Amino acid sequence: MTETPESPAGSTSRRALIGWGGAGLALGAAAVGGGVAVTRGGDDVQTVAVDTGGAVEFHGGHQAGIATPVQDRLHFAAFDLETDDRAEFVQMLKDWTAAARRMTAGQTVGEGAYGGLAEAPPDDTGEALGLKPSRLTLTIGFGPGLFEKFGLAERRPEALVELPQFPGDNLDKNRSGGDVCVQACSDDPQVAVHAIRNLARIGFGKVSVRWSQLGFGKTSSTTPEAQTPRNLLGFKDGTRNIAGTETARLKKFVWVDGSDTDTNSAWMDGGSYLVARRIRMHIEPWDRTSLQEQEDIIGRDKGEGAPVGKAKERDEPFLKAMLPDAHVRLAHPDSNHGATLLRRGYSFTDGTDGLGRLEAGLFFLAYQRDVRTGFIPVQRNLARTDALNEYIQHVGSAVFAIPPGVRDKDDWWGRALFSKEV
Amino acid sequence: MRAVRLSVVTAAATAAALAAVTGCTEKGSSGSDGDRVISVTATDDKCEVSKKEFPAGHVELDIENKGSKVTEVYVLFPDDRIVTERENIGPGTKQKVTAEVKAGDYTIACKPGMKGDGIRQAVKATGGTVAKRDPRLDAAVAAYRKYAQEQADATVPLAQVFATAIKDGDIEAAKKAYAPSRIGWERTEPVAESFGDIDPKVDTRADGLEAGQKWTGWHKLEKSLWQDKKITDEDKTLADQLITDLTDWQKRVGKAEITPTSMANGAKELLDEVATGKITGEEDRYSHTDLVDFKANVEGAEDAYELLKPVAKENDAALVTELDKQFAALNTLLDKYRADKNSYDFTSYDKVTEPERKQLSDAVNALAEPLSKLAAAVVK
Repeated sequence: MTETPESPAGSTSRRALIGWGGAGLALGAAAVGGGVAVTRGGDDVQTVAVDTGGAVEFHGGHQAGIATPVQDRLHFAAFDLETDDRAEFVQMLKDWTAAARRMTAGQTVGEGAYGGLAEAPPDDTGEALGLKPSRLTLTIGFGPGLFEKFGLAERRPEALVELPQFPGDNLDKNRSGGDVCVQACSDDPQVAVHAIRNLARIGFGKVSVRWSQLGFGKTSSTTPEAQTPRNLLGFKDGTRNIAGTETARLKKFVWVDGSDTDTNSAWMDGGSYLVARRIRMHIEPWDRTSLQEQEDIIGRDKGEGAPVGKAKERDEPFLKAMLPDAHVRLAHPDSNHGATLLRRGYSFTDGTDGLGRLEAGLFFLAYQRDVRTGFIPVQRNLARTDALNEYIQHVGSAVFAIPPGVRDKDDWWGRALFSKEV
Repeated sequence: MRAVRLSVVTAAATAAALAAVTGCTEKGSSGSDGDRVISVTATDDKCEVSKKEFPAGHVELDIENKGSKVTEVYVLFPDDRIVTERENIGPGTKQKVTAEVKAGDYTIACKPGMKGDGIRQAVKATGGTVAKRDPRLDAAVAAYRKYAQEQADATVPLAQVFATAIKDGDIEAAKKAYAPSRIGWERTEPVAESFGDIDPKVDTRADGLEAGQKWTGWHKLEKSLWQDKKITDEDKTLADQLITDLTDWQKRVGKAEITPTSMANGAKELLDEVATGKITGEEDRYSHTDLVDFKANVEGAEDAYELLKPVAKENDAALVTELDKQFAALNTLLDKYRADKNSYDFTSYDKVTEPERKQLSDAVNALAEPLSKLAAAVVK
């Protein structure tokens, strides 16, 4: 979150200062990783909370869970609408907001998990009792289907387009789409699962879970001073991602503002767009690939993560030194007219696939100001020529409009969208 | 109904029966709320109560364990029969227990370490009159008892048709009679299951058998008819056994412990049955007549709900509105799977597609969630 740095620790680590100093280089390069673990602001440069137990502020101009330093675990759920009753759906959004406000603060839903009427099931399911808030964030999104109901057609922003079919897509409709989504991120998997479970319970009769995905091992960070995480290919991922502290790049590439909207879509001011892709990795063939080929395919070395021909991970990539079909080269903003995404993906392993192979990959999550100038051109480029395509397959896909943040205790998710006047 | 829940319901029903009341409502009780709350402070060597006299009727024990051992607290009749109890109260924790008591002498006992006779306090419930329950709830229980009996009375002859076909070796006639013979049972399953011994004999599925347990009842015969496609001599014996067991049920059903709470919980449990057995197609895996059982479960839940509705509506009107809506929605959805609304001739469940099953499951969740709040709305 930009507005509210979480539990500032007060001191600036040496590493953080170096990271910040180096950020100048990263700026202008695009899908860059880089986490800078510092929040910006003149003299009061502060390290972002490393305390994994803390609470992240729920209220703000933007929703938490986007620029927030990436937590370790994910439970992402996409819902189908079950009700045609606008008032009923609005009430559910209010109930969800109230529950989310409590859960992100480390509190139980409603009247709690015990101590209530013995004859009634408890409001809260109880499995997060005694656990810390664990930096839980809950981020809601609205899919294209929502705008076909409740007389919202006019409110659908132009930027909320259905993604085109990309070459190589093998999408499972049961793992794609959705009218509403909630992204739950936390440093404790049980806290994230508890949040989705309780929201789903509140939603029964109004929405039903269409699909959901658990994720572990964040594959991108938004805190550049931290160790860059590795994805299941074994490579560092997200070296040049947009940092949560890079206000200018967030404004340029992630947050929707008044210049993007008209009267009908003004409700999106302060919001963003999310593309979710379930990318299955062909793990076993990849593991049998020579080191040289793996590094050629990615365009970085496996140990340090340095771009081809460079010594250090954060050295500026020289794209022409990479093979023309190298992943980093094709995904780089310089190869995509500057298109830059804030990536927030997680690795997933849903056991094995019945053929003795890991059912594993990357659950790719990318936030952007406009899908048409963000994910779509980048993915078009990748789908066409990326050498990595031999080892991956996109099997699930969804796109959502992410409304702005809940401002205060009287505000609720989607209020601007559902209010009569804009 | 699962074993754990069964024991809870039975305990509650027993306590209520012993206290000479048949439900758990405080309506009509005299005395202010404060009089009805007794604080119990349990330590390793003490069991302190905030008052030794309280008005008869609904009482609430606010228990706090200030000791170092896990404890349990009982309310006992003079002859040590249990009125109510709460086990596993950990050190430093609080628990609430409620009970319905008529005027008389009682003992409150704390058992640090959960053993022995406990540390005891004599207490007295005063007042000449037994707490009066809402007469509408008494009427609901009586009506439901009658309903359960009617279902059993109607089932036995239908089961007889099924058994006769089996004994005649007539596979087609037996197949036709199978699903109808189960409807009354499925409508009132929580009551039948409360006896404990009948359900395993008549309604166990292949996966529910314990090692060494002989498989009897409907589902064994279902397998013979649809999967093995032959009726053995043993099946003919089992057909007779089914009638014997169902007749036993018919004789005992009128004596079942029924309270407003157990009715409401029973309705919710019928939806649980649907969610765990029917939606998946596990219940009638050979005959695929799951939707008949599904419909019967929903009918049984709705019939119990309708009887409790007048009281529930007074306590929680929004809940009743929601339940009416969700029962209607689920029934409408089920009607898509039969051509004639007056017949139980439903689509074979193996022809119901995955997306359709998901839709049914969503509708069950949409109903079961508010239905789980019915018991509280009835006793509120």
